[in-house]
Amino acid sequence: MKEIRVRAKAENLNQVYTFMNEQLLSVCLDSSKRAELDMVVEEIFINVASYAYEGEPGYVTVQMDLLTQPDRIWMSFIDDGIPYNPLDRKDPDITLSAEERQVGGLGIYLVKKIMDKVEYQYMEEHNILTIERLV
Amino acid sequence: MQIKEIKLEDSIMLKVKGRVDTGTSPELQQEILKSFQKKNHLILDFEEVDYISSAGLRALLIGQKTANSKGGSMKLVHVCEMVNNILEMSGFINILTIE
Repeated sequence: MKEIRVRAKAENLNQVYTFMNEQLLSVCLDSSKRAELDMVVEEIFINVASYAYEGEPGYVTVQMDLLTQPDRIWMSFIDDGIPYNPLDRKDPDITLSAEERQVGGLGIYLVKKIMDKVEYQYMEEHNILTIERLV
Repeated sequence: MQIKEIKLEDSIMLKVKGRVDTGTSPELQQEILKSFQKKNHLILDFEEVDYISSAGLRALLIGQKTANSKGGSMKLVHVCEMVNNILEMSGFINILTIE
C-alpha cells in the first residue's frame, strides 16, 4: 500500500492524480473508466478541501493499493477535519425535471454509482472514506 | 479547458475543449450564461471534452434552467462515452437535449 499526504487544498488535486498515475501504471483501464476514477477522486478530494477544515486547511492522506481475487483498485481518503459522513447525505432524486432539480449534491452520489464499494468510518478523530472498484 | 464561440444565424455554438472540472466549470457556466444573453439557442460541442465532474453538471443544469426560463434551447453534441455515462448516472440524460 502506498500513500501521499497533501494539504487539503483544491490545487493539490493534481499531486494526487500524479500519485494515482504512478500506482496505476500496471493496470489496464480503458480511457472512459480511467476518467470515471479521476472523477471519483476529484469529488472526494474537493469535498474534503472545501468542507473538512475551518480556516487553515489541514492534511489529507490518500492511500492506494491494488488488490487481487478479484482484481480491484482500493483507495482510502483520511482527514482529521470536522466529523462528516458523506454517505449520510440523501441521494438526489434523479427523476426530477430541470426546473425541479437542485444545483449540486451529485458528487457523492456519482461516487457511489461508479465504485463497487464505498465505506465511511470515524476513527481516532479521523474521517476515513474507503472506496473500491473492480478492474 | 478552452472555449471557442461560433455565432450561427439564430444560435451560438460553444466548442469546448479539455476537462470540465471543479477548476474550469465556473468559466463554462459564465460562457453559457453570456451566450443566453445574446441568443436563445445554444449548442455545446463536446467533441473534445473527455472528462466531466459534478461541477460541470452544475454548469449544464444552470444552462438548461436558463434555456427553459427563456423559452430557448440548449443542445449537447458529440458527447464521449465517459461524459455520456455520467449524464446517464445523474439522470441528466432525461433533462438535457443530447444529440
